[in-house]
Amino acid sequence: MPIDANEVEWVEEPAMNFWESSYLPAVLDGLLTTGQHVANFAPITEYYPEQKPTLPTHYRGVHRLNRDDKGRVKCVACMMCATACPAHCIDIVAQDAPKDDPLWADRDKFPKSFVIDELKCIYCGMCEEACPVDSIELTSIFDLTGMTRKEMLFDKEKLLSVFDQTKDSGKDPVRTHKGKIGHASDFTELHTLGPATSVRGDDRAAKSVSAGVIE
Amino acid sequence: MLEQIINWFPEWARPFIMPMLTIAIVLQVNLGVCSYLILLERKLSAWMQDRIGPNRVGPWGLLQPLADMLKLLMKEDVIPGHVNKFLYVLAPGISVFTTMLAFAVVPFGPVPSNLSATDGQFPYIIAPGIDLGMVFIFAVGSLAVYGIILGGWASNNKYSALGAMRASAQVVSYEIPLGMSVIGLALLTGSMSIEKILLHQANAGIWGWNIWFQPLACVIFFAAAMAEAQRLPFDLSECEQELVGGWHTEYSGMKWALFFLGEYTHVITISFLTSILFFGGWHFPGIAESDSNYLGSTLVKMLVLMTKSFAFIVVIQMLRWTIPRFRFDQLMGLAWKVLIPLATLNVVCVMIVKQFHLNVWWLLPMSALLCLGAGLIGTQAKRPFLRRATPPVDKPHGHHAPAHAH
Repeated sequence: MPIDANEVEWVEEPAMNFWESSYLPAVLDGLLTTGQHVANFAPITEYYPEQKPTLPTHYRGVHRLNRDDKGRVKCVACMMCATACPAHCIDIVAQDAPKDDPLWADRDKFPKSFVIDELKCIYCGMCEEACPVDSIELTSIFDLTGMTRKEMLFDKEKLLSVFDQTKDSGKDPVRTHKGKIGHASDFTELHTLGPATSVRGDDRAAKSVSAGVIE
Repeated sequence: MLEQIINWFPEWARPFIMPMLTIAIVLQVNLGVCSYLILLERKLSAWMQDRIGPNRVGPWGLLQPLADMLKLLMKEDVIPGHVNKFLYVLAPGISVFTTMLAFAVVPFGPVPSNLSATDGQFPYIIAPGIDLGMVFIFAVGSLAVYGIILGGWASNNKYSALGAMRASAQVVSYEIPLGMSVIGLALLTGSMSIEKILLHQANAGIWGWNIWFQPLACVIFFAAAMAEAQRLPFDLSECEQELVGGWHTEYSGMKWALFFLGEYTHVITISFLTSILFFGGWHFPGIAESDSNYLGSTLVKMLVLMTKSFAFIVVIQMLRWTIPRFRFDQLMGLAWKVLIPLATLNVVCVMIVKQFHLNVWWLLPMSALLCLGAGLIGTQAKRPFLRRATPPVDKPHGHHAPAHAH
């Protein structure tokens, strides 16, 4: 359907004056602009490999697993991060905390293995937000490389070593509850809660198996 | 010393020695200069855009041309299966050959007046004593478009063909103002020889430079020559936004580099011609007069000419990164409606001055007057041929009127 003639707004091209129609002032003006850029040369380019960028504190780079004040892995193997992860790059195998060890007396579970596929990860930070004990955090390390794909599967030891490397660097402070496990660990008993909304019978998410299994 | 070397050769070979030597020097210097001009252009564009430019190879990126050349040489020499192989391979060669050939009659230093092929004097020009130098340059320079047309056509690709067609139309159009703009110089000097035009200005001193008598011709010549060389803002034949790579879309590696070399040689030739024809060539008051004969004066003269040419090369490069490209109708309009009439009227002015034996300085106000007249016509005329959609006339009944009523 053609546009109605009344709805068309006609804009008249402004007439060029004498100098404009000769193009020369415009050319000289342009040369002045570009020439001034050459004369007042002030690039903002960073010489990257020699000069590292200063990243904002909320930059999302490689993950780390935080330690608590006793040096244990803070993670309680709740599978929240693995569940929240949209890229399905976190794989956790949980284990019961050793009951007779006094070091683990206040803990129920810890991850036996904790593997993040750094190649699958989209660095969205959802795992960090989901973590109830502030264990998993994203650091500002962005230049990670590896020779093989397997090298880029970061396991628990590697992630803990990232924590050891970055906690005192100043760039990646442990953000909350340093040394403490977090709110969820303060509960002594948990109330049984129903779902906040009613769940339909054919809801696939409600029927699915939980994200992790305790061995 | 050179004379003894020449005499060592057999009689029949002696006239060839100096030209061969000159050609070898010019060719090698040209190759080196071209590659460093490309670096300069990349650096210059970077500075204009607040970037740094190539800085990895060597100090300040000064060895970048070597890396580029190495890359281009080592690249696989791709000849697509759908091309006309003979013409496809021939085209870059034509492009380089013709632009190099045009440089043959351009003096790059003070040409000795009593030159003979065997006396061992360095001629500072590949082909000395050609009285039709200017005609030769334009004849050969317009042959360069064959490289483009053949390359575009042989590529058997729509973009290449479009680029080649644009190039041919453009070169045919801009040949005319290019030739017209220098006819005035030939009339003033009484010669078509570039050496003689240069000497004429050098003998007359700085107030005898042709720029004072032919400023309009200088602008026309510079614009038309840039169009000839397919430089921005006239590079419609290879405009990346519309035509991928234009006529060299299918070219890569060393063949592509040859096209590039041709283009840059053309730019160098233009710059030399502009400084020789309009800005006195190697003449500069005080240090390089026509009668200055001190030790090293020849070198100074050469350096003066090189400096002038370099300045024009920089201007051409700066223009490239300053002005947006012309639209095709604007390009044709500029040539046929502005440059050709102005160049013709400029020639008429020179004819009037020569015929009635007026003072040559009359040409300066005449050029200004022509410029003024052209500007007034451009702004004041009713423009009857302007093709522009006009708003519809108000209809008494506002029902479905066609939007594009004329």
